[in-house]
Amino acid sequence: MQVNEYKPLIVAFCCNWCSYAGADLAGNNRLNYPADVKIIRVPCSCRVNPAFVLRAYQRGADGVLICGCHPGDCHYTTGNYYTRRRMALLFSMLSYLGIEKERTRVEWISAAEGAKFAATMNEFVKTVTDLGKNRRLEDLRCKK
Amino acid sequence: MYKIKISDLPALFDKLSEKYDVFLPVDFDNGAKYKKYEKGDVLSEKLNTVKSPKDFFFPQTEDMMRFKTEGKKIDVIDIREPKDDFIVFGVTECDVKSFEVLDNVFLSEPADTYYAEKRAHGVLISRACSKPSETCFCKTYGIDPSEPSGDISTWKADGTLYLRPNTDKGEAVISVISGILTEADDDEVNKEKEKINKILDRLPLKNLTTEGFGAGKTAELFDRPEWAGLSQSCLGCGTCTFVCPTCQCYDIRDFKTNDGVIRYRCWDSCMYSEFTKMSAGQPRLTQKERFRQRFMHKLVYYPENNGGLYSCVGCGRCLQSCPISMNIVKVMKALGGKNE
Amino acid sequence: MQKISRFDIINRLKDLLADGNVDRVLGWKKGEFRYDVTPHVFTSAQELEADFVWGDFCGANFSKYLIKETAKSDKKVAVLLKPCDTYSFNQLLTEHRFDREKVYAVGVACDGMADIFKIKKITGDGISDIKENGEDLDVYTIYDEKPVKIKKTDVLSERCLSCKSKKHAAYDELLGGDGDVLDSNRFDEVAKIEAMTEEERYAFWQGELSRCIRCNACRDVCPACTCEKCVFDNPNSGMENKSPANEFEEKLFHIIRAFHVAGRCTDCGECSRVCPQRIPLHLLNRKFIKDINAFYGEYQAGEVVGSRAPLVDFDKEDVEPKNAVGKEDK
Repeated sequence: MQVNEYKPLIVAFCCNWCSYAGADLAGNNRLNYPADVKIIRVPCSCRVNPAFVLRAYQRGADGVLICGCHPGDCHYTTGNYYTRRRMALLFSMLSYLGIEKERTRVEWISAAEGAKFAATMNEFVKTVTDLGKNRRLEDLRCKK
Repeated sequence: MYKIKISDLPALFDKLSEKYDVFLPVDFDNGAKYKKYEKGDVLSEKLNTVKSPKDFFFPQTEDMMRFKTEGKKIDVIDIREPKDDFIVFGVTECDVKSFEVLDNVFLSEPADTYYAEKRAHGVLISRACSKPSETCFCKTYGIDPSEPSGDISTWKADGTLYLRPNTDKGEAVISVISGILTEADDDEVNKEKEKINKILDRLPLKNLTTEGFGAGKTAELFDRPEWAGLSQSCLGCGTCTFVCPTCQCYDIRDFKTNDGVIRYRCWDSCMYSEFTKMSAGQPRLTQKERFRQRFMHKLVYYPENNGGLYSCVGCGRCLQSCPISMNIVKVMKALGGKNE
Repeated sequence: MQKISRFDIINRLKDLLADGNVDRVLGWKKGEFRYDVTPHVFTSAQELEADFVWGDFCGANFSKYLIKETAKSDKKVAVLLKPCDTYSFNQLLTEHRFDREKVYAVGVACDGMADIFKIKKITGDGISDIKENGEDLDVYTIYDEKPVKIKKTDVLSERCLSCKSKKHAAYDELLGGDGDVLDSNRFDEVAKIEAMTEEERYAFWQGELSRCIRCNACRDVCPACTCEKCVFDNPNSGMENKSPANEFEEKLFHIIRAFHVAGRCTDCGECSRVCPQRIPLHLLNRKFIKDINAFYGEYQAGEVVGSRAPLVDFDKEDVEPKNAVGKEDK
């Protein structure tokens, strides 16, 4: 039997208007990014409640990415400004509790940035692969 | 009766932990908690642990079974594993008596096999309370802290620990450590008991009585106007119920895993707004009813169903932990007979 | 020793009741011992004289009770507020949680509250009485005729050791005068944790949070936690869970609890005071306050009624999360 190489599970919350479209564009342009990234479409990046991030980790994610429109370009005018504040505080708290800060990230990717989407995902998957499995925020019950 | 120097206790714990899992109270920042013995752990000097030892037999969270689904097929998986014998060391008499209260609930037919299994494998080594606290009122319920029961009773006196096995389980444990114990007579222990009894006479709550409570008092107490005042600042948190050695309510819930379900039970609290919630809602609409439920259960309903035994042992944990310092003593004084 | 005496407070409260300005008073009621003081609604002068206490163990913050109390009747209720309580009072007003017209706020000067657990650490159990003796506390136990003398400053509550303000942020009248906003050292402990390595921080919080028994006392006492239905109690929220089933659940609860009050927490310290397991929960809330100050400018919740909380506000030039997080790291 072949030994399985560690492949991280990445959850990317993508805003419907920019980043999700960016992912589409990456696909249309046949740009490669790892299949380890699972995309969850949200109406706006500010739809992402801190509990979503924690829940993703609980259910086995090794990295969580929140992608939205560039500040100033939000479809709802100001949604991503709130995301920025919330996530800055949440990530800071996670780091305070000793959870690797590289596992969680906010990225602004517009609908025209298919290449940036692919590059970001490639780079993030590599970062998380280097970090290894998420042990500090996992819920062992889920794997039973 | 056997004895061992307190300074030799580490050797005793080392010896015991070769054969058993040994749990003993150890200090943390501002309290004590039970911990599995590891070399170097020191027995706490504190009177009691913040959380009661009911956790050993009725854990706060306990997985009961698992379900796996495949198509339309559901597999029920029994996840119970055979339990080894374990020792809970340093249990005060109030806590020992609390197991009687729990036994009545969990071991009466149909017996709770999860609880029964743990009870069968647990060995209780009790200890006399050489320094009872102002919050103690076990005497109210006829509990004698100078004469602890359990499988083995122990007394501390003059740098020596005295041990007396009471049951076959206790004898079996003594036989493991008999090499480091020496025989002793009862003199020192009797002196220690006397000392403890003198302290008991000085306790501020020594005159608290259960008069006015007990079986058959429901009609008399249920609609008393005092409940409103007593419960008015209750926060509705679960502290009293979770530190209580005799509170036994639990909830059974399902946790969805990635490919199945774990059915587990966890402590529940009558103080919570979600307690016993049914399709028609929660039967106790305000905190007053929830508050009343807790004390009526301890002082009236439980004795009614269990031959007059109260489901409070006077350990005093709720007196120390309640955020607003409302507790069973204040309730008994406000509603009871000669408690003024 | 508190600046203002029990006697003076009672006299003033009796006047308020007699004038008919208010028909009840939210105050502290004496318990079995010196330290087990209960929040209580007093309705008569006799009741006040018999049971009202004021002293070193009156830690409870009454602000949150005003929601329930003002909904009960159209008459005014008088409430006693220590300086730190007034911030919670303002914050609740900012969030329109009770009717200011129905409250008569009496600010009482506070010299800090004592922590019974710290006292017991020194004297042990068996406390029969505690008497105030100048700057000292004489603690009598059932084991000794003679009291143990303790300096009050040695047994001050954690939160009082880093008191942020002796100045009342709101009141209708003051008893015992007003103080100043203090230059507190309240972020020192947070900075100490930040200065640890990631592994040390993880181990520290793992140890602290593992003691949680999920009694919800921290949430239920919190003057900022006033949701009609908490996510942790709501079966439809997907977050409801009654037990600290494992390490993840412990962290989830405490992160979300602290996050939900971020920007609204006034740092009154009630969460840590009531925790039966003595978990330093205020260090989670303070981390958010410290971060908010560092990222978005100084902000004190409850200082002014109507101020906009930082999490429902933004600036176009706000710092990016990746540039903000963990700058203190080694």
